[in-house]
Amino acid sequence: MAFFSSTSPHQRIRRRTPDIMKMVVLGLLPGILVHSYLFGLGIYVQIALAIATAVASEAIFLMLRKRPFINSIKDYTAIVTAVLLAISIPSLAPWWVIVIGTAFSIVIVKQLYGGLGQNIFNPAMAGYVLLLISFPVQMTAWLPIESMQAFPVTIMDTLSLIFTGYSIDGYSVTQIKTSIDGFTLATPLETIRNALHVGDTISDTLKTTLFSPDSQQGSQWVNLAFLAGGLYLLKKQIILWYIPASFLVGMIVFSFIPFATDPELFPSPLYHLFSGATMLGAFFILTDPVTASTTVKGRIAYGLLCALLVVIIRDFGGYPDAVAFAVLLANICVPLIDYYTKPKVYGRRRS
Amino acid sequence: MTQENKANATIANDMTEEIDAEEVAPQADNAAIYKDLSLQGLWKNNPGIVQLLGLCPLLAVTNTLTNALGLGLATLFVVIASNVLISLIRHYVPKAIRIPVFVLIIASLVSCIQLLMNAYTYQLYLSLGIFIPLIVTNCMIIGRAEAFASKNNVKHSAFDGLMMGLGFTAVLIVLGAAREVLAQGTLFDGIETLLGDWASFMTVSLYNTDTSFLIAALPPGAFILMGLIIAFKNSIDNILKK
Repeated sequence: MAFFSSTSPHQRIRRRTPDIMKMVVLGLLPGILVHSYLFGLGIYVQIALAIATAVASEAIFLMLRKRPFINSIKDYTAIVTAVLLAISIPSLAPWWVIVIGTAFSIVIVKQLYGGLGQNIFNPAMAGYVLLLISFPVQMTAWLPIESMQAFPVTIMDTLSLIFTGYSIDGYSVTQIKTSIDGFTLATPLETIRNALHVGDTISDTLKTTLFSPDSQQGSQWVNLAFLAGGLYLLKKQIILWYIPASFLVGMIVFSFIPFATDPELFPSPLYHLFSGATMLGAFFILTDPVTASTTVKGRIAYGLLCALLVVIIRDFGGYPDAVAFAVLLANICVPLIDYYTKPKVYGRRRS
Repeated sequence: MTQENKANATIANDMTEEIDAEEVAPQADNAAIYKDLSLQGLWKNNPGIVQLLGLCPLLAVTNTLTNALGLGLATLFVVIASNVLISLIRHYVPKAIRIPVFVLIIASLVSCIQLLMNAYTYQLYLSLGIFIPLIVTNCMIIGRAEAFASKNNVKHSAFDGLMMGLGFTAVLIVLGAAREVLAQGTLFDGIETLLGDWASFMTVSLYNTDTSFLIAALPPGAFILMGLIIAFKNSIDNILKK
């Protein structure tokens, strides 16, 4: 009779990296579906381009490093990076934007640091930041929700816009975006920022077309869908609750302080919670097992730090959304956080 | 082989005792010393990509080839002149106060170059801005003063300054060219501000684009490209070893 013995965590479910990554993609699906329903089909083209680029660049680079690449591609991590980056960028951005971003994420941010498990920075967010500071025009061309777009954008138009910059009828993204009265963006954070810059108050800005109930719901629905996907991951124990919970609580607390001092100048906590990439960040980006903190206390500190940075950058900084910057800055602090939150070895007294 | 060893010994002794290269190395070894000095400055001990000295100006001003070339030439001038002057006075400076003396010499040389650039290359002077006076703080210059010029004769010090300066300038040029091509698709843009109007034919436009790759012109791009250049250098070294 052979006794089964295993190493210490005695985990019942034998999950391997590919299984976890597949479930992460599954958790992203509701958000992607809602996004495509509201904002058009461009997001699928971006995801396809991103996955193709990620797999190709990972394979080429591993071949250059003379490492076996079949397993690395089969573990789905490159694909998760690609999908996260693709859903972070405007869905009608030109094809080369996502190709450059994904190749940078995989080659520079992941493989140059030594591949899976060795990277310091979250590849998808580093790629996003690269794109945002390199191509600010393309990266802020968010479309209004479909019901408010001036011209119906068909699937052929979508393809044509992404690959040539113009729809079949010859309209550019800017024309489709601006020909309606006012802007409607996937991330209205930017509009609030601009309005505050020219001296408007938030209550005035919220009365404009962009913030009519119909349109503002766009980003809220997407956020709710990512929340649902995130809760699924929590339930399946793919991710632990420490980081999302501390991040979201931190968002509420930290954004309430400026809001309480002057509600006319700073958006409300609720608004922070359901706009931009808050939910995507909380459940899918901050919880990256490689670049996030690994201790319990550390995870809580990491989530709070991210929340503080997001609120500071959103309320006082120059960029409309801040999750990517906050995640990168918090990633740098992770070794320090882990060092100071190392759990005591069982049985050893406090020294 | 013996020649090389002796030359290496001269270099190795830099950091320890005051040794006059002329006394150590007989006349016949001079060629070997110069060869070794060039190799050290341009490749093996390159201030930019091996010693990683003077990174601040290196990364900050290389957004165009013209800026890189301008700062490289200014640094080259300062490092040669400071090496010569410090080598000349090396027997008269008390050891305890040598560093302040070196800094004073370097600072006055930098003031000279700053005034010269203000007078003759005003546009370039404006675009390099604070980084001309900051040549004073370039550790490469004080490093050569301390490690080499204060222990070696004038001829060798001057040659060492030339080679270290050229090595530094070469890195600046490579980085500046790479960043300018990536960000703007040009080479030698604004060269007339450095060399005068006759040089404007040198400006090459490699490709035209509405959307420039801005990161190459920004500090993160400089860091990334610098890392790639160092990696490239190391990989060449690895190939040469085999």
